[in-house]
Amino acid sequence: MASFGLLSLLVWLPILGGIVVLAVGSGAGGESRRWDRWIALTVAVAVFLLSIPLYTGFDTTTWSMQFVERMPWIPSFSIEYYLGVDGFSMPLIILTTVLTPLVMIAGWDVIKARPAQYFAAFLILEGLMVGVFAALDALLFYVFWEAMLIPMFIIIGVWGGERRVYATIKFFLYTFLGSVFMLVALIYLYLQSASYSILDFHQLPLSHPEQIAIFIAFFLAFAVKVPMWPVHTWLPDAHVEAPTGGSVILAAVLLKMGGYGFLRFSLPIAPDASGSLAAVVIALSLVAVVYIGFVALVQEDMKKLIAYSSIAHMGFVTLGFFLAWSIQAGTGNLPGIAMGITGGMVQMISHGFVSGALFLCVGVLYDRLHSRRISDYGGVVNTMPVFAAFMVLFAMANAGLPGTSGFVGEFLVILASFQANIWYAVLAATTLVVGAAYTLWLVKRVVFGPVGNDRVAGMSDLNSREFLVLAIAAAGVLLIGVWPAPLVEVMTATVDHFVQHITTSKL
Amino acid sequence: MIGLTHYLVLSAVLFSIAVAGIFINRKNVILLLMCIELLLLAVNFNFVAFSRFLDDPAGQVFVFFILTVAAAESAIGLAILVVLFRTRRSINVQELDVLRG
Amino acid sequence: MALHLAIVLAPLAAAIIAGLFGRWIGRSGAHCVTIAAVGASFLMSVIVLLGQLEPGALPQNETVYTWLVTDGVRMEIGFLVDRLTALMMCVVTFVSLMVHVYTIGYMHEDPGYQRFFSYISLFTFAMLMLVMANNFLQLFFGWEAVGLVSYLLIGFWYTRPTAIFANMKAFLVNRVGDFGFLLGIALLLASSGSLDYATVFAKAPQIAQQTMEIAPGTTWSVMTLACILLFVGAMGKSAQMPLHVWLPDSMEGPTPISALIHAATMVTAGVFMVARMSPLFEYSETALSVVLVVGATTALLTGFIGVVQHDIKRVVAYSTLSQLGYMTAALGASAYAAGIFHLMTHAFFKALLFLAAGSVIVALHHEQDIRRMGGLRKHLPVTYWTSLVGSLALIGFPGFAGFFSKDALIEAVELAGRAGASYASFCLIAGVFVTALYSFRMFFLVFHGKERLDEDARHHLHESPLVITVPLVLLAIPSLVIGWPTIGATLFAGYFDAAIFVMPGNDVLARLGSDFHGAGGFLLHGLTGLPVLLSVAGVAAAWYLYLYRPAVPEAIATRVAVLHRLLVNKYYFDDFNEKVLARGARLTGGALWRFGDVAVIDGALVNGSARLVAWAAAIVRLSQSGYLYHYAFAMIIGLALLVYWTLGGV
Repeated sequence: MASFGLLSLLVWLPILGGIVVLAVGSGAGGESRRWDRWIALTVAVAVFLLSIPLYTGFDTTTWSMQFVERMPWIPSFSIEYYLGVDGFSMPLIILTTVLTPLVMIAGWDVIKARPAQYFAAFLILEGLMVGVFAALDALLFYVFWEAMLIPMFIIIGVWGGERRVYATIKFFLYTFLGSVFMLVALIYLYLQSASYSILDFHQLPLSHPEQIAIFIAFFLAFAVKVPMWPVHTWLPDAHVEAPTGGSVILAAVLLKMGGYGFLRFSLPIAPDASGSLAAVVIALSLVAVVYIGFVALVQEDMKKLIAYSSIAHMGFVTLGFFLAWSIQAGTGNLPGIAMGITGGMVQMISHGFVSGALFLCVGVLYDRLHSRRISDYGGVVNTMPVFAAFMVLFAMANAGLPGTSGFVGEFLVILASFQANIWYAVLAATTLVVGAAYTLWLVKRVVFGPVGNDRVAGMSDLNSREFLVLAIAAAGVLLIGVWPAPLVEVMTATVDHFVQHITTSKL
Repeated sequence: MIGLTHYLVLSAVLFSIAVAGIFINRKNVILLLMCIELLLLAVNFNFVAFSRFLDDPAGQVFVFFILTVAAAESAIGLAILVVLFRTRRSINVQELDVLRG
Repeated sequence: MALHLAIVLAPLAAAIIAGLFGRWIGRSGAHCVTIAAVGASFLMSVIVLLGQLEPGALPQNETVYTWLVTDGVRMEIGFLVDRLTALMMCVVTFVSLMVHVYTIGYMHEDPGYQRFFSYISLFTFAMLMLVMANNFLQLFFGWEAVGLVSYLLIGFWYTRPTAIFANMKAFLVNRVGDFGFLLGIALLLASSGSLDYATVFAKAPQIAQQTMEIAPGTTWSVMTLACILLFVGAMGKSAQMPLHVWLPDSMEGPTPISALIHAATMVTAGVFMVARMSPLFEYSETALSVVLVVGATTALLTGFIGVVQHDIKRVVAYSTLSQLGYMTAALGASAYAAGIFHLMTHAFFKALLFLAAGSVIVALHHEQDIRRMGGLRKHLPVTYWTSLVGSLALIGFPGFAGFFSKDALIEAVELAGRAGASYASFCLIAGVFVTALYSFRMFFLVFHGKERLDEDARHHLHESPLVITVPLVLLAIPSLVIGWPTIGATLFAGYFDAAIFVMPGNDVLARLGSDFHGAGGFLLHGLTGLPVLLSVAGVAAAWYLYLYRPAVPEAIATRVAVLHRLLVNKYYFDDFNEKVLARGARLTGGALWRFGDVAVIDGALVNGSARLVAWAAAIVRLSQSGYLYHYAFAMIIGLALLVYWTLGGV
């Protein structure tokens, strides 16, 4: 495929843009301040427009990497600057480029303190996130992966709520702890293969104990990121303290890195170990779905509730990914595996929109009342009918209503899990009831009912800026729900090849 | 005849005196700086002695480097000392324990 | 294809217009556009039905678009139009049209006028998607979409705490059903590899051979399991015990909705679904027995509750539950056509009864308690007569629509030979008496006897406007006569042959049909039967208890206080759900959160390791004296050790 550095552009343009915004915004004069937001938004929209060719030019018939860019970086260690996308990473990159401008618009007037730095942080974060998804060199991946923590750390730590320091440190330590093990595994793989190319790692033959060790190292990194039970407790704290934009990006994109990591590293590099340990991962995923669902039910803080709901939804992702071996063992053939993996992928994209949109909704409420407590609201529909319509839509998507994106992934994963084991499906399907219960109860307490108090009575409905943001998210949610084929098509070839790869033993 | 050994012994003695000075001295930071100079001189002695013994001028070149660095270092050290005295009104080593855990 | 698409999309388009642009098109704009769309849908549905009625007309199975393809499974959106579908389409669009018209009058003071029209049009769209589906995916879509609209409409008056409680309850109870339904779909996909009706049905005989282990050591027939799981979905949507609890509460919604969704159409989706899945259910005797028993139990037990209710809409709601039980029991007896036939007649007369109840409520200025009504006959003549028609149809009075469907249904159940059939036929026949009792109790209390109105209501008392009475009359006509021309065709003439599959051995309707000689003969035959006798006895009992000797019911209630309390508390289902299930879920959640997340994971593991590090650091830091000479000393000792180590190794 002819390449003109599109991926590099997507990585570095936002980072450069962020630096420019920092430079422009750091001036003390009032004149320059007005421009920083516009520069940031322009760059973000430009990045989104530039990412469209990634979709339109994507060859859906092949599983091999596309838009590849490859040049030596540190030749003495055979580290390369190696970028490329396949059916797994491309949709995630688009998700990133779509959501970043939304986050900027959502924070437009809201961020009063150091706006330039805020927007710059998001731009830089965007570039790094695209880098994570596009990197095909393990060390390059690791650099992006760790670098990403810095802007996120700053976003929560500077613009966060009251307990932001606790939350940032918890977030940082949790994710960092996991990543260190990943680095060890990467170095080990380099020593074995004399290459840092992830694709070479895929082909590397490894003994079973080696695979187990590598799998666990990767698992620690990715399970924290997803997050899986029981390493999930950083997420509610981080979400609660993060500013709206931070929560959106955290839920919508950062969590996906964990799922993406499983697909890019754990499963293909250590397929036999993944098979041996799949039951554990499935158990943890189901615990996430059921246990976390109940926990979400009793939350009093809107953001915490949505954060817990995110964990439960991400449980479907890991469940879908790790079904392969039980299906293979149970039925002796392969159908169902691809469905589970596709379902997990779709769930990731959909969750990006749905949870992002829900956090935006909470942000809209927070901007008006400066409270995240559910009991401070009630009867919002009386004063904000348009907002209520959006909120109900996103809540329904969160509850997995057919016709919204939330349904597609859950449906496919439940269908696939039935092929593996009926009890997996039964436990996973409890989300139909529990997920609906916590979501609708939230809606009931916040949106419906008589006007809860005087402060709610004084709330104004969405302004056009907020309307625009939520409308774009709603369009995404409905489009994927009504017609997921365009999304599924781009990953079909990749998924099929992936299934072949992971079900072939490396021993 | 004064041989290599004598030089080395001298160097070792100087070094030991300097080391002892560093941690027996509890009063004055200036003494510490002087002891560090003494350490470096002891090393310089070794360099010069071996340079002569091995007939390799590189050792003497090194001595020049070390002397330069030592001069720069004591300049910085004294500057720090001045600042320290200004803020704390004391250069007593025993009172300088801000790094205590 | 284009026609079918138009039928479905017209209400959707109208719903979007009325919903998003309601502010600009105004009230009349909203009702014009939605009524036009649903009316067009109805006319086109009639065309489709007529097309299907032509001899030799084939079911049409067509794909609209591919939803997604994964793993070789094509998931598509498409339509299967056969006679069953066509009949349902006509019923849905006709009742919906009537309700649209009626709403103009009923809701005309409501500020949410446009929103309401948008919702009911959206409902029509969802329901059409459900009945026209040719695959399980779309069926599930329609299934949940009607649930969504039902949720929105029950909570239409969102400031009422009872309404928003009821809508959440309705959605969650439905979700419990959907939980089973989705698993059933997953099981069928796992065993047949497709979500398409045609493919799955074709493989039904093979699926029936398969078995699976659920728990080690237990062998289950895949078909039985799949059918029972699907039926759990139907139990949710069609409000069968024990998932019936949401339907009476759903009466918090505006009355037109109760008529459209919670009587005529949505709640019959479960019945429709089981009939549609007849090629699967027929292979599982066990599943059919379950259906039969659940349906019959619901039919009788919910009827009893209807006798002690005081809210006019709740009485009708319990009557709906009971009638849904009848339909379900018919399905369980393999008399699918009888179930569908009763579904159709019920749609007309129950919509009529609800709309009539609504007319009474409007006339009395939103009074719903039948103890504060009475003697309304002379004030509301049109409502009175149409209600009478509806009630007679409901109790199966000879000649009315309900008679034909219910009588055929009961006889079919009597003939069914499977496990539970005799229990079921007992329940259903006893239910006839109960039905007559509660129907005419309400009828007499509302329209006859003393006027027990309060002043405010009496002041407003007037017959409803034309937009309300015309739909009543239009619905009364089919309630009166629809049975005559249709019974022979639907039940015995093989109308549903292409749509419904019945095993030859199970075909009770065929046996029933062997003595069928026209509707008139059926009527004469029925007159001598037990059901007619019981329904007349029920009317008489209602007259005696509530008009002639109004003191007797209270005496009975105190006599059998335990039984009475059981009925008033609806067999304690609600209490169980709220006190045990809902509270249990919250307590579980609280325990998991406080103990699992906060105490163990965060407290012990996360903060525990942080504390461990802090503790270790507190010890290690003692070595940091801060004195330069200590550090220097340590360095020198270290250096000495290093030198010794490196040189000593040589």
